Amino acid sequence: MALINLSKREIHCKIVYYGPGRCGKTTNLLYIYNAMNNKARGKMLTIETKGERTLFFDLLPLNLGKINGFDIRIQLYTVPGQTIYKATRKLVLKGVDGLVFVADYLKVRHEKNIESLQDLHRNLLEHNLTLEEIPIILQFNKCDLVPTPIPTLTEEELETDLNRELKTKIFEAAATKGIGVFETLKEISKRTVHYVATKHLLT
Amino acid sequence: MADLVLTASVLKETKIQIENTLIKAGVNTVLLIDEAGNIVVACGHKINNMDTTSLAALAAANFGAASQIAKLIGEDDFALLFHKGKKGSIHVARIGTDLILVTIFGDNVSLGLIRLRVAQLARTIGKAFGQK
Ligand SMILES: Nc1nc2c(ncn2[C@@H]2O[C@H](COP(=O)(O)OP(=O)(O)OP(=O)(O)O)[C@@H](O)[C@H]2O)c(=O)[nH]1
Ligand SMILES: [Mg+2]
Repeated sequence: MALINLSKREIHCKIVYYGPGRCGKTTNLLYIYNAMNNKARGKMLTIETKGERTLFFDLLPLNLGKINGFDIRIQLYTVPGQTIYKATRKLVLKGVDGLVFVADYLKVRHEKNIESLQDLHRNLLEHNLTLEEIPIILQFNKCDLVPTPIPTLTEEELETDLNRELKTKIFEAAATKGIGVFETLKEISKRTVHYVATKHLLT
Repeated sequence: MADLVLTASVLKETKIQIENTLIKAGVNTVLLIDEAGNIVVACGHKINNMDTTSLAALAAANFGAASQIAKLIGEDDFALLFHKGKKGSIHVARIGTDLILVTIFGDNVSLGLIRLRVAQLARTIGKAFGQK
């Protein structure tokens, strides 16, 4: 649910990072938080358990500057990826304007990636939303592990599993090192703002 | 959930309503937010020294969680959400279908008065926003 303040000429959009537990959603936000200067970002809010797993959500507010005379404010959220937090994920999706689906290169997460994308479909439907409408892009995270002995999936496998129907843009990433993080953010911000602006004929 | 498009006149009208019914009654801070946690209107002299962005996001999430808990125990929704502190308390209530009013007040104001005034505001603000 975007908020458009015509009096202050501000557009507020909500972008949610979705994906299975431990795929690196929080790591994406932390990297962005640490790399951006104070002016462009607000406080990062995290609600997590003692073991650093997201319990409710992370929130990072960003100020992306002006587009067509409108100040663009983006709220980045992450969901808790663990299966048991389904109800919480659905709450975080409330009012979503754009999505990043973060998939995990680890071979052991093969099923979890697919389950999480199905879970996203179901949760969106419960909000009467579909992925035909809401902009979404894919991030294949932990690509730094591919050349190591740790068993990983191939890019082709991830594509077949996750992008057969979506047919959207894919970003390779290693969020801990910041690889692909800003590329992902830039693309989803662009698509989200475009989606909201055209919906309200602001362009 | 539809996007909210706010015009200067609706914002001004809402702000005046909140000032008159709650701030003048001694309330510190009032945030009108949407269900996604965006701030629609913020009132009170303390808002500049407060992390209102986090507050709005948490209040929306807290309210959403409480609504889901209500459903799990067979209620439609809880009529109010209230947290009492030693000096400050917070009252959260639904306004219309997709707005939430967060009221923060000290021990100089009674909960009864807040409930009464918020109910009043729910009607007038609902009208200003065209009560979707
Ligand atoms: N090797 C490698 N590890 C990563 C990468 N990104 C994240 N990790 C690690 O994966 C673990 C989980 O990362 P988080 O960002 O907390 O995962 P999350 O998706 O927020 O998990 P939940 O909150 O449970 O949903 C951490 O130990 C990270 O350091 C990456 O690109 N490469
Ligand atoms: Mg997390």
